Amino acid sequence: MRRRAGALVALLPLLGACSYQHYQSAFGNAAVEARQFNILFVIFLVVCATMYLAVIGFLIAGLMRRRRTGNANVIEDRRHHESDPLMRSGLIGWAALVGSGLVALAIASFVADRSMAGAAAHEQLSITLTANQWWWDAQYNAADSSKTFHTANELHLPVGVPVRILLNSNDVIHSFWVPSLAGKQDLIPGRQNDISITPRKVGLFRGQCAEFCGAQHAHMALVVEVESYADFLKWWRHQLQPAPSPATPLALAGYNFVTGRNCSACHAIGGTPAGGTVGPDLTHFASRRSIAAGTMAMSTGNLYGWVADPQALKPGTKMPTIGLEPDQLHAVVAYLETLQ
Amino acid sequence: MNEPATVRDEDERLARERRKIARDGPKLNGAKLEARLGQTWRRPPGILGWLATVDHKEIGRRYIITALLFLAAGGVLALLMRLQLARPDNNLIGAQRYNELFTMHGSTMMFLFAVPVMEGVAVYIIPLMVGTRSTAFPRLNAFSYYMYLFGGLMLWIAFALNIGPDIGWFAYTPLSGPQFSPGKRADIWAQMITFTEVAALAAAVVLFCTILKTRAPGMTLARMPLFAWAMLVVAVMIIFSMPSVALASSMLISDRLVGTQFYNSFEHGDALLWQHLFWFFGHPEVYIIFLPATGFVSVITETFCRRPIFAYPIVVLSLVSTGILAFGLWVHHMFATGLPRVGYSFYTAASMTVAIPTALQIFCWLATMWDGRPRLAVPMLYVIGFIVTFVIGGLTGVIIASVPLDLELHDTYFIVAHFHYVLIGGAVFPLLGIITYWYPKITGRMMSERLGKIDFWMIFLGFQLAFFPMHFAGLLGMPRRVYTYPAGLGLELPNLLSTIGAFVVASAVLLFVVNGIVSLYRGAVATANPWGAASLEWATSSPPPVYNFAHIPVVESRTPLWDMVGELPVVTGLRVDDKEMLLTTVVAATPDVREPVPEPSLWPFIASVAVGIFFISSIFSPWAVVFGAIPSAIALIAWFWPKEIKRHPEPVIS
Amino acid sequence: MIPAPRFTDSVADLPTYKFGPSSLTWWGIIGYMVIEGAAFALAFAAYFFLMGHEQGWPPEGRPPPDLLAGTLFTIVILLSEIPNTMIKRAAEKRDVAAIRALMPVIVGIGALLLLIRAFEFNSLNCRWTDNAYASIIWALLLLHTAHILTDWIDTIVLWMLMRTDLGWEGRRLVDTDENSLYWRYVWLLWLPIYLMIYWVPRL
Repeated sequence: MRRRAGALVALLPLLGACSYQHYQSAFGNAAVEARQFNILFVIFLVVCATMYLAVIGFLIAGLMRRRRTGNANVIEDRRHHESDPLMRSGLIGWAALVGSGLVALAIASFVADRSMAGAAAHEQLSITLTANQWWWDAQYNAADSSKTFHTANELHLPVGVPVRILLNSNDVIHSFWVPSLAGKQDLIPGRQNDISITPRKVGLFRGQCAEFCGAQHAHMALVVEVESYADFLKWWRHQLQPAPSPATPLALAGYNFVTGRNCSACHAIGGTPAGGTVGPDLTHFASRRSIAAGTMAMSTGNLYGWVADPQALKPGTKMPTIGLEPDQLHAVVAYLETLQ
Repeated sequence: MNEPATVRDEDERLARERRKIARDGPKLNGAKLEARLGQTWRRPPGILGWLATVDHKEIGRRYIITALLFLAAGGVLALLMRLQLARPDNNLIGAQRYNELFTMHGSTMMFLFAVPVMEGVAVYIIPLMVGTRSTAFPRLNAFSYYMYLFGGLMLWIAFALNIGPDIGWFAYTPLSGPQFSPGKRADIWAQMITFTEVAALAAAVVLFCTILKTRAPGMTLARMPLFAWAMLVVAVMIIFSMPSVALASSMLISDRLVGTQFYNSFEHGDALLWQHLFWFFGHPEVYIIFLPATGFVSVITETFCRRPIFAYPIVVLSLVSTGILAFGLWVHHMFATGLPRVGYSFYTAASMTVAIPTALQIFCWLATMWDGRPRLAVPMLYVIGFIVTFVIGGLTGVIIASVPLDLELHDTYFIVAHFHYVLIGGAVFPLLGIITYWYPKITGRMMSERLGKIDFWMIFLGFQLAFFPMHFAGLLGMPRRVYTYPAGLGLELPNLLSTIGAFVVASAVLLFVVNGIVSLYRGAVATANPWGAASLEWATSSPPPVYNFAHIPVVESRTPLWDMVGELPVVTGLRVDDKEMLLTTVVAATPDVREPVPEPSLWPFIASVAVGIFFISSIFSPWAVVFGAIPSAIALIAWFWPKEIKRHPEPVIS
Repeated sequence: MIPAPRFTDSVADLPTYKFGPSSLTWWGIIGYMVIEGAAFALAFAAYFFLMGHEQGWPPEGRPPPDLLAGTLFTIVILLSEIPNTMIKRAAEKRDVAAIRALMPVIVGIGALLLLIRAFEFNSLNCRWTDNAYASIIWALLLLHTAHILTDWIDTIVLWMLMRTDLGWEGRRLVDTDENSLYWRYVWLLWLPIYLMIYWVPRL
């Protein structure tokens, strides 16, 4: 009875978890790949749970078995070299049961694997994702190079369209993982991997780097927005636009600061002299949902905090704290907020 | 012949002396024999004597106590990690420090606790269990302990001095390489590997030779206790697998220190080379930890169900096949790296196949319970806890053997749950059971049964509370090695429950230690065989005399103490005034050679200090390899140089 | 209760040393040979793994190592098996005088081999920092050099021991026998390394 308490406790997270949005859950079921995971997982869970119950059943039976004196094959009765013939056939039956269970699971696994490989062959969209310590660069590829653009830390995908994401790394090994959409794949320097995803549900999903990559591994997330094909094309066209010119004097002061040496050494902003590639592309920065690869939500307050002192919010990040004067800070934030 | 005349006279003198040698047997036994044996085998007093010991029981006890201290240290780190993760976006511990904590926790548990404690228990009990007076190569045994100790101290002192490693316990390149881990942190980690691998390999050679060559007459391989079989398989596994990680870590130090390019993808190297070499070791490593625990389970189940394990040959075959299969699985740690999918299928199949021998062992234990009369003393409770817990871990292992499933679950808290279920459920529970079981033999006292039962339930339930929710955390999207997580993903509850459970487990471990210490003074005095067990270690006093057995026993079955009629058959004729043990043949265990046993010596300690200095200084300069090798060589030569220059009736190493 | 003993046979007439698998140190040496063999096997695996990534080997069209020093080394080490076998046979025949005469020969050959080995390092035509190919062949050569050096020093120590009165003890003969066994392992292991360093790049 007390052993079952453990199982009861296990249910609580499920109950509590139901009230959350689960947009980083492996049960998100939001893509063809994630759905296959779900089905296969349930199959494995059922078979494994059955095996577990068989083991526990045998254990309990063995412990609870009534043994009158002289009935057990023990040293006290000098019968310790005998054994119940039932056990001999039981051993063979057990081996057969375990063997066939494993074979069944292996077959299920191979079938799922092959069908996922099959689905991967028809992608219609190509993205090149490059991982850095601790942010994601995304290049949307097009046959016509004038339609190619860069963004960072946020992907938009059209629902129902297979996408193939090429995976590179600029430094150490990272791993691209959006649980609600698909399993993960590593990004390894010197090697190009790829992953195919066909989203099924419109919505907002979160992913995280899943291979320890240094100090701020915990803050290397990305947001994936799955939307209708029409909305996706609208977004793509918008991403191709250069940044708007600053309209207010404060924004202009910010523009001058940002495109001067300070920020342009690392960041690129389309339509301005800023062309650095060490850090994320900022052309449409303010339209993104998060700052610093999921470290905090996009908001004016958070922008102030980040620009003023990135090291305080994400210690070890490659963006230095350069010590801005208050008026410079106001100007920069005002400019950045225009980068919709 | 070609010996000079004076030597021929010497030979006659020696032959005369031979006839006067005192040997054990009908003419010399009982208290008189024990007094003389105690004198011959005694360890010199004082601190130098303590450093010079070659007694496997002392070395085994040191290994166990040191390993348990590292368990506690690693556990404290885990509690700190759990405090940080108890709430989302917590700032109790910062990123850098947290990364050091999980690196130290994993490295301590895997390299400084799990393997050494198994080797320590084996080093203590195997000679007693196989009926001999010493391990093979007792000085190598001592050297192995000192190397282990120095490696562990180096790591923890570095941590205390804030140059501890922060790259994870498996230190993937290129993160651990020269470009992304400047400074000495990664080198400290890599050299700790060298220390602990040298120690483990030495202990493996000791155990391998002891089990094969020093068994009591009549203890054929088919009559050998299952724990000895488990340790034989484990020793061979260590010998084949540990060179891989030693090679990998040496190549890493070389990349970092002298500019080689093994792991540099841009100079024709490969970051994945590290992963292959590491996991080729890493996967067998977990079976190296698990198989001794299966030996413990067999020992306890036999004694407390009052009958030998059902289907002994099947259990032996399971041990051997698990040991072999374990070497074919390592790529299942690399399913996300983008290697060809077709190749992955082989590793899925192999990873599932390895479950079969383990499932058969489980059947055999359950069949023993069915067929016997189980008595639920504390060690048996741990066996039951093991079955209930380990099988969950084994089944989640089957789940992650599947590539599509692993691609979601890899590097998440689901994996953390899996391996704690198999390591704590599968190794620590049997370990706590076996400590309780062999405590009377080691100390001469019984642990408190009442405290032991309370303790078992605390640790069993606390463990489930701490680790079961982690399955959910992983499925809800929590990756590994993150110092914090955001609110709103559903991770708050599982993490909070895990933190509470962790503190319950820690209290239970503390209670176990309290039980262990208090029972030393207050525990019931133990007889030679308080549990009524069958194997040879229970045929001598508790604790055993320094020479283990007054006479070497002869074995006629798998359960010698249960099958002997009245008296224990023994051989006679071993020397009493010089340390000597009996070597037998490998398979049939017929008496073969009388092997002199080395006297206590300081050279293993001195050699380990020299080698330790050599290893540590090579982190800082490649020239240390040359300059450090010289004192190490001198110490090793002095160790092996025999002390006596005059001829002796029978040659003796000293 | 400690069970009372029932005395059976006496082992007093068993020898205190025997050659081959009856010797405890024989098994210890086998253990260490397997350990080193595993380490070398994995280094070989690393060599072929790195080679598998490349179109050309050595990569970037660099020249492979010169053949002279390595081939000379191989010839000398194979010839060293002659005195080595003689020493092994002498040990089994308990011929201490023969051992004392032959040991300096093998020690001298060892010194010659180490000298040739120094020239080999010089003729690799690359520096270990150049790329992973250079790193792995330097590593293979260095590991084998450590092997030769430690066995050479062991042999010198044993030679010194055999020159004292301790040389007459049975144990020392077993040590000599096992030392010769180990020397065989050292040159056997050299053969695949020789092929990998000098010939595989030329295929």
